[in-house]
Amino acid sequence: MSGRKFLAIGLLGVFGAAILPFQSQLQAKAQAAHFRKAGLSIDLRERIGQAGFLAALSGFRSPLAAILWIKAHTAWENTEWGRMAGLFETVTTLQPRSLTYWDMAAWHMAWNASVAALQNEKQPSEALRIRAQRAYIQLGKDFLERGISNNPDRPELHVQLGVLLRDKLEDHCAAADEFLKAAQFPDAPPYAARFAGYEMAKCPGREREAYDYLRRLYQAGEKQRLPTLINLLRKMENNLDIPQSDRVASEDKPSEN
Amino acid sequence: MNTSGPTLAIARNTFTELVRQKVFFFLLIFALLIIGNSAFMAKFSFQEQFQMLKDISLGAMSVFTSLIAILATANFLPKDMEDRTIYTLLSKPVPRYRYLLGKLLGIIALLAVATLLMSVLFLAILWLRESTVLAETRAQLQGASAEEISLALKEVTNATFNANLLPGIVIIFIKSSLLASLTLFLSSFATSSIFTIIMAAALYFIGHLQATAREYWLSGVDVEWWSRLLPALVALLFPDLQAFNLTDDIIAGTAVPVALFLNTAGLGILYVTVYFTLAALVFSGREL
Repeated sequence: MSGRKFLAIGLLGVFGAAILPFQSQLQAKAQAAHFRKAGLSIDLRERIGQAGFLAALSGFRSPLAAILWIKAHTAWENTEWGRMAGLFETVTTLQPRSLTYWDMAAWHMAWNASVAALQNEKQPSEALRIRAQRAYIQLGKDFLERGISNNPDRPELHVQLGVLLRDKLEDHCAAADEFLKAAQFPDAPPYAARFAGYEMAKCPGREREAYDYLRRLYQAGEKQRLPTLINLLRKMENNLDIPQSDRVASEDKPSEN
Repeated sequence: MNTSGPTLAIARNTFTELVRQKVFFFLLIFALLIIGNSAFMAKFSFQEQFQMLKDISLGAMSVFTSLIAILATANFLPKDMEDRTIYTLLSKPVPRYRYLLGKLLGIIALLAVATLLMSVLFLAILWLRESTVLAETRAQLQGASAEEISLALKEVTNATFNANLLPGIVIIFIKSSLLASLTLFLSSFATSSIFTIIMAAALYFIGHLQATAREYWLSGVDVEWWSRLLPALVALLFPDLQAFNLTDDIIAGTAVPVALFLNTAGLGILYVTVYFTLAALVFSGREL
């Protein structure tokens, strides 16, 4: 009896050794397909506690992330911005492939927390309020940038980063580049390409490039010929002194937009 | 001679016995969990709602199937010995390995039905929530352009059902079958069900660290040989359970390549076969 037990354990070891290369290969394949990439480090262990870390290690990363997200939502309701940022950090570490978490974390920081910081009545110094506002916007941008590096195969966070650069930092040149990056993905939303052109038009020194780009979009088909695009082309044709014969916008009726 | 007859009869009997033990009552808890979750999530954005519904549901599915696999398997051998049914069975021309195979197949059948029922429930709730959000979106966008409406609706459908969820669910089932056969191996030499359950639970956690131990061992870190002995033992003797945790990333939207799915499923089936063979080897020499 005990001889068979030892034989079984020995055979188990032989089997384990035989499949080692296959296991390593499978792990490499999984990582190449963006699986098993979450970094479960000592730092995370400190943030989520022993039980949480054990759950994360045991294949319950996503339910744990969902529970922490609910906590972050409660922190939002209580306007505890610092706690929220910490929870977002943990959630995105647990689920780095979830676009929703990166996107929402960035939005909460760059929009909600930054506005709250600017309007903070407890802080009499306007300079400090503005500094806090900028810090939260930067935090939101940081979430999106890290989200992009964890999801290089997806266009959504490029679009969100473009929106943040446009609306919060008014960095139109960088926003144009982000929208352009998003537009290169086959499953990018169609407005990403248009937004790239609109932002490029506001970027000093790139007006001609923007005109050529928007003109190509205009020529791409009816779907891109929206009032904003036509009006912008018309304005740029005047600003850039485009000869009447080369103008494309004249074919379209003036729009209300 | 029909050799599969006794095995299937034992499998059927094991399945019926487990159903009679009201194992499926856990489905009630599962239903309450996901319906409650879905009602509670109404205050979140639809992306968050669907993400969390999938997180909680698939996590619960994994917990329930793993628990059933370990508890049902750990219990049957001591119970059959206590009831003395094992002696009646083995006094007939039924080889011991067929008895074990029948038992394992019965438990795997139970796991398959449990996974199927939970999946149907989960997908039904997901579909219902999707229909509600789609109707709300259509109502909110009345008067908007067709392109805007279609984009908004596409965003909702993209956030809900994802075809990759199905291979993810299949892998949850395979992982639970692996746990059942691992527990069967443990119970083939264990003297009590408590020992088997504790050992299986410990192996469950160690199995999730196997990949880390393997990497450490194989990376050739420049340390003393004895400090690499433990990771080597873990890598050789325990299954890599982390390989079966595809759902965490599937929920987040990662697509499962067919080759990865087939290799993972193949690895799971191989583990099931090996643990069963070893269980049969040990059990065939066991004094009853």
